[in-house]
Amino acid sequence: MDQWINEPIVMDLLSIIRVAFRALQRNKMRAALTMLGIIIGVSAVVAMVSIGQGAQAAVQAQIDSIGTNLLFVSAGAQNVGGVRSGTGDSGTNTLTVEDLDAIKREVPSVAMVTPSVTTRGQLVAGNANWNTQIQGVSEQFPDIRKWAVGSGEFFSDSDVRTAARVLVIGQTIADNLFAGGDPVGQEIRVQNLPFRVVGVMARKGQDQQGRDQDDIAFTPYSTVQNKITGSQRVQVAFVSAVSADATYTAQDQITELLRQRHKLGTNEPNDFTVRNMSDIAEAANETNSTMTLLLACIAGVSLLVGGIGIMNIMLVSVTERTREIGIRMAIGARSSAVRSQFLIESVVLSLMGGVIGILLGIVVSLAIPRMLGWPTLISTMAIIGSAVFSAMVGIFFGYYPARKAAALDPIEALRYE
Amino acid sequence: MQAVQEITRATPAVVDAMQIPDARPVIELEHIHKTYTMGDVQVHALRGVSLTIREGEFVAIMGASGSGKSTTMNILGCLDRPTKGTYILDGQDVSEMSKDERADIRSRKIGFVFQGFNLLSRTSALENVELPMLYAGVSSAERHARAMESLASVGLAGREQNHPNQLSGGQQQRVAVARALVNDPALILADEPTGNLDSRTSVEVMEIFQRLNRERDITLILVTHEADIAQYAQRIVVFKDGKIRKDYQVEHQRNAAEELRSLPPIEEDEDEEEEE
Repeated sequence: MDQWINEPIVMDLLSIIRVAFRALQRNKMRAALTMLGIIIGVSAVVAMVSIGQGAQAAVQAQIDSIGTNLLFVSAGAQNVGGVRSGTGDSGTNTLTVEDLDAIKREVPSVAMVTPSVTTRGQLVAGNANWNTQIQGVSEQFPDIRKWAVGSGEFFSDSDVRTAARVLVIGQTIADNLFAGGDPVGQEIRVQNLPFRVVGVMARKGQDQQGRDQDDIAFTPYSTVQNKITGSQRVQVAFVSAVSADATYTAQDQITELLRQRHKLGTNEPNDFTVRNMSDIAEAANETNSTMTLLLACIAGVSLLVGGIGIMNIMLVSVTERTREIGIRMAIGARSSAVRSQFLIESVVLSLMGGVIGILLGIVVSLAIPRMLGWPTLISTMAIIGSAVFSAMVGIFFGYYPARKAAALDPIEALRYE
Repeated sequence: MQAVQEITRATPAVVDAMQIPDARPVIELEHIHKTYTMGDVQVHALRGVSLTIREGEFVAIMGASGSGKSTTMNILGCLDRPTKGTYILDGQDVSEMSKDERADIRSRKIGFVFQGFNLLSRTSALENVELPMLYAGVSSAERHARAMESLASVGLAGREQNHPNQLSGGQQQRVAVARALVNDPALILADEPTGNLDSRTSVEVMEIFQRLNRERDITLILVTHEADIAQYAQRIVVFKDGKIRKDYQVEHQRNAAEELRSLPPIEEDEDEEEEE
């Protein structure tokens, strides 16, 4: 017996890949159209995920800029007995400056506290005037909110004690009232009372909802309470814990202290609300993750449709090339060689589509912030994921047509017209 | 033009119809039966065929349709297996081989030439000829060299990059012959190779076959229903109703090279014709 019979023929992979490429080259238009399905699917996945991740990153950045050790204490409670509709609303009067002093004094995990009493007012400087939000806070506000003063300085604790008529204004107000001049040391009249501008906050820009964060003026809370509104109410307070880890402890301790001070019985609900930034960040992240997943899933469906397109074309191709398959088998191609050829054709189609789709997705992701103003973040995971997924689409949807090709009988295939 | 030069260069030679009786057998068919089941009906395509073909023979297989010659051809070409009986090809029993083993046998031992040429379209002559070596696991550089050589041996040097649609029918069939030759097979099976060709081109193809048979001692099996084409072979086997009816040596074998010389010279455009 000849020895060659025990030596099965092994075709090198490179040759099979070259054969597949040559076959695709023979029908460029069809190959391009088939790839289009995958290109659209993959680029949609990459673009959608980068939009989602961009939104997530923007929220995270904003939260980080506020500080993760931040807590909000507000008067009133949400949804208690379904009666009180919100926190810090005009009807509630449950949070006082004394409560806040007690928090600062008695809760060890709290570093800084500032009340926040907000009103709106007309600011007049010379001939110019501007309607804006006036926020009464303590001298610790810049440290708590991590918002630096741009020029001049923030007011001091003695300004707070004396309810001094001092203002620290945002950049938008500076631009509108002083038009390029230095506002520090200038006079602004609020409800006909003269205020001295002691500082201008650094520019902050728009927030997530597109509101101008620089259109605001800060003054001591005591000044708002005594000189502007005449009301002693505190709507909200910002509390900063000693560390990010201490926020939950701080939250519990503040709740306990306020319940004690407000003399609430064990069964009575809180008449205030304490929230920490981590909870808010988590909620925001969760919303964004859900959105990202939803967008990716919708885009994934188009990738699946692209895969079905590949299967469709490969099935047509196998039928159309029955004679070619017969020739290849007659001159010595094993079934496995024919199967590999068709499988590689479909993998090449889907992988090339995947690569082009990734590039297109990156281009789209870079174009979206310019064109729509949405932040995007190109995700490496999405890119790797789409590349792997498109190769899998090629194998999965190419396998059935390839098996069909390999199962052909050479005699019948050669006879096929 | 090229083809004509190639043919006139060919050795005229005396036709050596003499068979060498003790030459090694390439094909040994012993009591081959082939039965197809179509629904409830059993169709006996072959009913006990025994045939020995020795190395260097040029045999024509003839028969009407339904005579079993196509079935014999498929079995000889290892495209199909006999239902019963033994087929020994080049000393190897191939009657019980699996699909993959038969693919390897076809790759190494058999060269096919078909009626419809069966070249891959939109693929150069060179790549078409390289194809069998691809499946035989021959390296890329060797594939190229051997394909060039094989194309030159059928008079197609300079036509390597042409696609089938840029070649005349005769040229396409010569590409197919070059492809059949390239793995140095034990035998060449030609199934109605002149069926799609005019008479002059048919003679040209026969000339190539005769030359390969004579000069390189290649064993050739020609399946045809044309009696005059069969006369180019040394031996004719006639099939009827699934059995061999006649098996005889050709007394006056036709000599294609001589006939070509006596034919009037062809117009040049036949070879140069290019259909886009």
